[in-house]
Amino acid sequence: MAVRSEPAAIRAATGTGNGLRHHQLGMALLAAALVFAPLVLYPVFLMKVLCFALFACAFNLLVGYVGLLSFGHAAFFGTAAYAAGHAAKVWGLPPELAVLFATACSAVLGLAFGWLAIRRQGIYFAMITLALAQMLYFFYLQAPFTGGEDGIQAIPRGRLFGLIDLANDLVMYWVVLAVFFAGFLLIYRTIHSPFGQVLKAIRENEPRAVSLGYDTDRYKLVAFTLSAALSGLAGGTKAIVFRLASLTDVHWTMSGEVVLMALVGGLGTVFGPIVGAAVVVSLQNYLAGLGHWVTIVQGLIFVACVLAFRRGIVGELARLVGKPL
Amino acid sequence: MRTKTTLLAAAAVLALGQALPALADFTGGKVRIGVLNDQSSLYADITGRGSVVAAQMAVEDFGGKVKGAPIEVTFADHQNKPDVGSNVARQWYDTDGVDVIVDVPTSSVALAINEVTREKNKVFLVSGAATSDLTGAKCSPNTVHWTYDTWALANGTGSAIVQTGGDSWFFLTADYAFGHALERDTAAVVTKNGGKVLGAVRHPLNNPDFSSYLLQAQGSKAKIIGLANAGGDTINSIKQAAEFGIVAGGQNLAGLLVFISDVHGLGLQTAQGLILTESFYWDLNDSTRAWSKRFAERMNGRVPTMVQAGVYAAVTHYLKALDALGADGDGKAVVEKMKAMPTDDPLFGKGEIRKDGRKLHPMYLFEVKKPAESKGPWDYYKLKATIPADKAFRPLAEGNCPLAQ
Repeated sequence: MAVRSEPAAIRAATGTGNGLRHHQLGMALLAAALVFAPLVLYPVFLMKVLCFALFACAFNLLVGYVGLLSFGHAAFFGTAAYAAGHAAKVWGLPPELAVLFATACSAVLGLAFGWLAIRRQGIYFAMITLALAQMLYFFYLQAPFTGGEDGIQAIPRGRLFGLIDLANDLVMYWVVLAVFFAGFLLIYRTIHSPFGQVLKAIRENEPRAVSLGYDTDRYKLVAFTLSAALSGLAGGTKAIVFRLASLTDVHWTMSGEVVLMALVGGLGTVFGPIVGAAVVVSLQNYLAGLGHWVTIVQGLIFVACVLAFRRGIVGELARLVGKPL
Repeated sequence: MRTKTTLLAAAAVLALGQALPALADFTGGKVRIGVLNDQSSLYADITGRGSVVAAQMAVEDFGGKVKGAPIEVTFADHQNKPDVGSNVARQWYDTDGVDVIVDVPTSSVALAINEVTREKNKVFLVSGAATSDLTGAKCSPNTVHWTYDTWALANGTGSAIVQTGGDSWFFLTADYAFGHALERDTAAVVTKNGGKVLGAVRHPLNNPDFSSYLLQAQGSKAKIIGLANAGGDTINSIKQAAEFGIVAGGQNLAGLLVFISDVHGLGLQTAQGLILTESFYWDLNDSTRAWSKRFAERMNGRVPTMVQAGVYAAVTHYLKALDALGADGDGKAVVEKMKAMPTDDPLFGKGEIRKDGRKLHPMYLFEVKKPAESKGPWDYYKLKATIPADKAFRPLAEGNCPLAQ
């Protein structure tokens, strides 16, 4: 039943009949590009892009499809980084369990934050998430297990399933790529499911969704928790890749960065956050020589984006080709 | 035509083959030195561009080549963030052919680079970072800690002040690895010399407003307020302490990590009488004066800080070790060679590198001059005491470094 209703749901969602085919083409192109990318680009840089792309996609699930602008997503990203780091380093868990544990931690945290935050909308929602994330930041600053400003360092990458040694960057890259695609497809599936339809209905007009008999709070809470868990998946993976979990991951600027990524790529588009993450991470990487000017350049891009192409890179592209991307 | 090209190619290969044996042991056919530090924020004056210039001077003074292999200096800004720093380090080691990373102020970043360098078996020459953990519990066979550390600073300044009557202390501590280590080490020295510690307050890194912390320090009624912070934080806390009339009220400030660039920023009027410990001062002897003059010519008249001097000396010794070894691929072997060879440079004189990676040289206790005593620009310090090399640093056995056992 669910399978049969799927194409209809997508048609309804996209407004055109061939949205699905477009997305399949896009995904095939993306997969091909990512498979061949390590031949040209530095794998560690690509892993950073992938981790942030997943983070931005998870964030986009909430802001782009439910219309909830969270300004505290760093809390989930950073919590997972610390949880994965602690699990792998102190408890000696293998990387897959460490990342799963981290994802679970973020999911639980997301449930708690979401339960409080979804009671309000708009700016109040953003402020509540920011406040909760800041509280958590100060907790991590002082908690002994996080190492304060030092962060958790020298996290072992370990062996995947006890077999595959992840010390090699290229091997690690394939694992990160798999994690990214799993998360990305889950988000894609969610958006295009009947559940996703309800989320979009809430985004468009919440009172009407309520009048149709939907318990919107429950839908919002599930979406929030899912977004938090996937942010956690990204954060935990990042900690394993870089062998470091630090305060940067929970700082409010990280919450700002993910907003920037989603916005530059295109809010509410499937591929936008990935493009946005690639742009922002590349800027940080290749402009690192400019030091603190990076933030100024980022700010200028943000302003240019909001003024000139409000739909983001992929959003504008979708408008040009006349198909949702 | 074709044969000509083939012949030319063959000749080129032959020529290369002749040149190769000499270069073969240097990865990428050259030596790349990466200076990683703060280029834009609170430690930029202490390290920053000056450290890059110091490294370049060391390379030039060495002749620009080791056994025919050219030496290059590259640099980057780590923004005082461990994740930015370790990213740069990874990229340098993996793709950019960097063989050694130098300087790295901010202890949290230095500890991160310490791990990356160990993992990749390269060389890490620390000058800017202070934490004594680098030669203690977290010591690495790939790391040499050159200029100073928290233990040496605490020992120099702490014991001198307690012995002259400053026996009750309150700490104003930067809330990260370096601040904690400095506070811990100084508190130990104070207690050992018969003083007592009344309390401590932690402030975030790069903090603009110290009023609430200074009021707590004032309320503690301690004779000495120990500033376990560095750079812009130290400058701000000394300035704001002056505004609160803390020194006028009978309490004294002890700067645990004050650099000459900080004294310059404060001005002698505010900084006079401050007691501090450093391992280098430009006006120590003829060779430090001569080198500092050359340095100042390239840095718009700024004299070198001890960190920048440490970069010069560490790079010089590293190049000497490469020259003796004829290879740079195996970081552990290079550091072992550096430890085996006695050090000798115009800035720190003769010395040695201990098993745990600690470079040993004398430390100096200085007092900042009164404005009337200063004879010219940058004439800021009076030498009060010289702490000999064997007493200046933490004894090997107390560091818990696995390499020392």
